[in-house]
Amino acid sequence: MSRILKFRVSTMLLGVLFAAAFTLTTAFSPSAQAKPIKVGFSMALTGALAGGGKQALEAMKIWRDDINSKGGMIGRQVELVYYDDQTNPKNVPGIYAKLLDVDKVDFIVSGYGTNLIAPAMPVAIDRDVVFMGLFGMNNNKKWKYDKYFQILPAGPDPAVGFSYNWFEALKTFKPKTIALLSADAEFARNLKEGAVKNAKNMGLKIVYNENYPPKTADFTPIVRAVNAKKPDVFYIASYPNGSAGLVRALAEVGTKAKAVGGGMVGLQFSGLMAGLGPNLNGILNYDFYVPEPTMALYPGATELIAKYQNKVKTEGLKTDALGYYLVPWAYAYLDVLGQAVNAVGKIDHEAIAKYIHATEFTSVVGKIKFTPLGEWSETRTIVVQYQNIKNNDLQQFARPGTRKIMYPLDIKTGTPQTYNSLR
Amino acid sequence: MEFLELLINALIAGILLGGFFAALSIGLSICFGLLDAVNIAHPTLIVGAAFCTFLLNDLLGIDPIVAGLILTPVFFLLGMGIYSLYYQFFERQSAEALRGLAFFFGLLFIAEVVMIMIFGVDHRLVNAPYIGESFTAIVTGMTFSIPYRLLAAFVIAGLMTLGISYYLNSSYFGRATSAVHQDMMALSLMGADPVMIKRIAFALGLATCGLAGALMIIVIPIEPAVGRFFIGNVFAIVVLGGLGSIPGTLVGALILGIAESLVSTFFGPSWAPAVSFGILLGVLAFKPTGLFGTGDTR
Repeated sequence: MSRILKFRVSTMLLGVLFAAAFTLTTAFSPSAQAKPIKVGFSMALTGALAGGGKQALEAMKIWRDDINSKGGMIGRQVELVYYDDQTNPKNVPGIYAKLLDVDKVDFIVSGYGTNLIAPAMPVAIDRDVVFMGLFGMNNNKKWKYDKYFQILPAGPDPAVGFSYNWFEALKTFKPKTIALLSADAEFARNLKEGAVKNAKNMGLKIVYNENYPPKTADFTPIVRAVNAKKPDVFYIASYPNGSAGLVRALAEVGTKAKAVGGGMVGLQFSGLMAGLGPNLNGILNYDFYVPEPTMALYPGATELIAKYQNKVKTEGLKTDALGYYLVPWAYAYLDVLGQAVNAVGKIDHEAIAKYIHATEFTSVVGKIKFTPLGEWSETRTIVVQYQNIKNNDLQQFARPGTRKIMYPLDIKTGTPQTYNSLR
Repeated sequence: MEFLELLINALIAGILLGGFFAALSIGLSICFGLLDAVNIAHPTLIVGAAFCTFLLNDLLGIDPIVAGLILTPVFFLLGMGIYSLYYQFFERQSAEALRGLAFFFGLLFIAEVVMIMIFGVDHRLVNAPYIGESFTAIVTGMTFSIPYRLLAAFVIAGLMTLGISYYLNSSYFGRATSAVHQDMMALSLMGADPVMIKRIAFALGLATCGLAGALMIIVIPIEPAVGRFFIGNVFAIVVLGGLGSIPGTLVGALILGIAESLVSTFFGPSWAPAVSFGILLGVLAFKPTGLFGTGDTR
């Protein structure tokens, strides 16, 4: 046998051996047995809501790692496929079409917030798939889609339920008049609409009811216009920029309203809390999770937040350092999906939706039961009052005492005081 | 009496807000009004300066306005660099209009991405003794209050306007910049280098970003994309004041600021943008060159 022939034979043998080894390896590897389950979503990673979107994404990654370490969903590893929607609703339908048609994801879940959930709803309905929502306000009111479920704990009528506890908390002031202001955006307008109903139910006279453009730079004229109406309480439904602007304008111009706040988004974000510091004292606002001792009713939330905070620190992530606002909820909405898929045992959207409707789930945000429209069956929005804030140190907000719970009564850690008494 | 108190307070707030708008717009008035560079990235570069102010304030405890002054020469140099690129790839090839706009769009996105990578997406604020406090006076039973942060914006915008106007009107370089605006060919025939003059003028426009950024983070919380909020406003102000007129920019900004404040106070804030842009359309209908525009369209 010539040397060339020998070389060719040995090369062929090597090739056969490699091919056999590759076939055996792939045939018995887990990935060959089951390709990953893909969960797709858009997320506000830039733009006005990115402060929330980034922390939500990190919580979702923690959930992915947790479920994969336990064997995944129906024995398959979970993979997250996501794109930045830039906090721009116009980008959302295209992203979900791509996720379903090009990326071929198995499930879609929403990005963060009502305004970004709304444009994805028609896509989900058109494809008849389960759609989990992250902090949506009344997104399913007109669609009545039976496969939509969202994690904002605002009760069966979320617009009303969201502010219900705020109105309960301020009964101590015996108010007679109210001013209402909201950002001119879907979520905030919904909030104010619900607040108007609660105000009427309480017999309050509405002396001011306006929307402000999201690009407003100076809020002092608005605060003065409100002050001129002399309301007893002032309900605000605002987005982060507006929330900060209003807090400062209130500090500069002052107000005689006994309670101020209600639906101010962004005051729960680390950057704004630290930046506004003592200007926050007296604000009575909604929240979902604060480091008060009575919040132990959410099993596992403390550990999850500690894990998130450690992740932010060790990986040097440029996102919210504390993560109280969204982390438990972003984890929970995927956890509900994961539990449902594992219980059903297959990817059958019809069966999974029926299971979610019929089941009471236990997750890091406690027990969750959904209404036929996919809202929470009970409201669990908490009302906190900013107190004892002495400087701009972020760590003070990680300790009890700066955001005391005023309502619900069974977990309260303080009593509401008038805005000016805390200034 | 109550109405008068509200009216005067609204006027004060409008004038102060106008000052803030002017600070954001003066640099663009030079770049767009005098040099025809459609610098749509101007507000985003101001946000960049605001983040730098945040760093200087947070890490070194430097007062935001002092930080803005420190950043001014840095942004002047940045402006020199940006104009060199713009000239090399667009203006020299007589493609300044539409392709130039594409260049500044690209610059806007790159600047935003760089800020996201460096600073993250959280909202940032700075602290100084004059933020969150106001000067309050009681006159004949009426209470007037002036927030110090807006007063700072107004004073600095006024000083910037005076300084830049004086420089452009009374220095050789200023007159040369006006000449570039009017007839570039004639200027080069007289022995001046129009490209160098435009480069320095563009850099001067960007240098204003240093102080404008400091004022921005004093007045509002910032995040990398917040500059987009102001693109419409700053271009409207420059056009309303008249292209190429620095005092016109200040007057345009004051008009929009006062309109926004009065409408917010008496008719509800949701009407404010419509009234502001209604004023712009009304002025342009009767005076297409803007309030102080020369009418030079070349």
